[in-house]
Amino acid sequence: MSTIMDGLSLGAIYALIALGYTMVYGIAKMLNFAHGDIIMVGAYAILTSLQLTGNPYLAVAVSILVCTASGVIIERLAYKPLRGASPLAVLITAIGVSFFLQAVAQLIYGSKSQAISLPDFGKVSLGGATINVSTILTLVIGGVIMVALTLFVKKTRTGRAMQAVSEDKGAALLMGVNVNRIIMITFAIGSMLAAFASLFYLMQIPSITPTLGSMPGIKAFTAAVIGGIGSIPGAMLGGVLLGLIEKICLSIPVIAPYTTSIEFSLLILILLVKPIGILGKKIREKV
Amino acid sequence: MADLMLETKNLGISFGGLKAVQDVNLKIKKNELYGLVGPNGAGKTTVFNMLTGVYQPTTGTFYLDGEELKGKSQEKINHKGIARTFQNIRLFSNMSVIRNVLVALHNQPEFKYNPFDAMLHTPRYYDVEVRMRDKAKEILDVFGLLEERNNLACNLSYGTQRRLEIARALATNPKLLLLDEPAAGMNPNETAELMSIVKDIRDRFDLTVLLIEHDMKFVSGLCDEVTVLNFGTTLAQGTTAEALNDPEVIRAYIGG
Repeated sequence: MSTIMDGLSLGAIYALIALGYTMVYGIAKMLNFAHGDIIMVGAYAILTSLQLTGNPYLAVAVSILVCTASGVIIERLAYKPLRGASPLAVLITAIGVSFFLQAVAQLIYGSKSQAISLPDFGKVSLGGATINVSTILTLVIGGVIMVALTLFVKKTRTGRAMQAVSEDKGAALLMGVNVNRIIMITFAIGSMLAAFASLFYLMQIPSITPTLGSMPGIKAFTAAVIGGIGSIPGAMLGGVLLGLIEKICLSIPVIAPYTTSIEFSLLILILLVKPIGILGKKIREKV
Repeated sequence: MADLMLETKNLGISFGGLKAVQDVNLKIKKNELYGLVGPNGAGKTTVFNMLTGVYQPTTGTFYLDGEELKGKSQEKINHKGIARTFQNIRLFSNMSVIRNVLVALHNQPEFKYNPFDAMLHTPRYYDVEVRMRDKAKEILDVFGLLEERNNLACNLSYGTQRRLEIARALATNPKLLLLDEPAAGMNPNETAELMSIVKDIRDRFDLTVLLIEHDMKFVSGLCDEVTVLNFGTTLAQGTTAEALNDPEVIRAYIGG
C-alpha cells in the first residue's frame, strides 16, 4: 500500500516534469533538454529564499517565479534566435543551456550537496500503512495541477491557440495567432510545473546538488516518450507508470539494484513495439 | 484613391538570382471580386505569400485600405485585415470544425479575457466563450457547416474542407480575403455552390476578394477584373472578358 502511494507520488513528480517536455515538444517541436535543470534552479531558489526569510511558503512562491522567469528568458535568449534552424542545432543548444545552468549553480553554490529542511507534515496511517503526509500532498496537488492544465488547453482561447500552433504553425500565424507569444506561454507553464516538481522532489529527497535535475529530467523525458511525446494525457500516464514501476522495483530487494535499467529497458521496449508511445498520435501521411 | 482596398506598387521578389515575381501592380477596389490567373509557376501563390507576410518583397510595396503593410509580420497583417486560404488545404485537421473557427476568432478585441478570467471562470469568461461560440456557429451556418461542427476537420470531404478553410479565414474578420484555388478538386455542383457562397459572403461581410483560380468558368462567372501573370510578370490586366480574350493570354495558356 505505501509502495503504491510512494509510486504514485513519484509518478506525479515525473508527470509534472514530463508535461514540460511534452508541451514544449508539441508546440515548438523541440526537445528542451535543459528542462531537467529548471528543477535544480527551482530547488536552489527554495534553498536560498528559505535561508533568507525562513518562510517555506514564501520560498515556494519565489521558486515558482524564478523557474517561470528562467524558462521564459532561456527561450528568448537561446531558442528564439534559432526558430527555423535545423532541429539538431536547437537540440545541441538545449544541451548547452543545460551545462550552462549546472555550471552557474556550481559557481554560486559549489558542487557539494546541501541539505534543506522543509517543514515535516508528519505521517498518517491509511489502510494499515503509514504514509507521509507530504506524499499525499504531492499526489493531490499534482492531480489538481494536471486537471487544471487539461481544462486550460481544452477550454480557453490560449489553449485553443496552443493546439492550433502544434497542428500547423504556419497556418496559425496566418490566422492571426501570435506564435511567439504562445511558445513563450508554453515555456512559462512548463517551467512553472517544474517548480512544483522540484518542491515535491525536495520533500522526498531533501538534498541539493547542481546536477540534481539530470536524473529526474531524463526519467521524465522517458515517461513523456513512453506516454507518447506531444500528448498531454500521455505525459501524465507515462509519468505515473514510471513512478509506480520505480517504487515497486525498489521495494523488491532482488531486483532493486536493477531498477533504473528496468525503467530504460521499458523505454526501449516501447520504442520497439509502439514507437509513438502509448497515447501518441499516429501521423498519417497523405499520398 | 480612398476606394482602393488593395494597391500594390511594383511588387516583386527574387530568390537568389531568380526574379520570381516582378512589377506587379494591382489596384483592387473595395467590394470587388478580383481574379489572379496564369499558367502553373507564374508566381500567383508567391504574390499571396508576399501579401500575407510569408515572404518579404524585395522590391515595391503594398497598401491595404491606404495603409502600407510591407514588412509587417504575418499575424500583424492578419490583424490589419488580410486573411487567406491555401492551395493545399491546411486546416487544423485533428481539431473539430468549430474549434478551427474558434482559433481564428481568438484575436479579435471583442473576444478577449485575461488569464484570471480563464482561471477563475468569471462571468466574463462565460460571456466571451458563449459569444464566441455563437459567432462561430453563425459563420459555419453561412457555409452549411453547422451540422458538421463537432466532427474532426480531417474527416470532412475535400469540398467541405475547402469551405471550412474559407470559413476559418473569414473568422479573423478580414477586409480582404485571399482565396488560393478555392474550386480546386471540386465537382461542378460544388463549384457552382462555391460561386454563390463567395458572392454571398462578399455582401454579407463587406469583403473584397482576390482569388487565384484555374477554372476559367469560375473566374469569368465571378470576377469583375483580372490580372494575368506569366513567368512572374504581368501579361494582361483589365475587365475579365477583355483580359481573358487577349491573344497574348491565350498563347500563354495553350502555347504556340
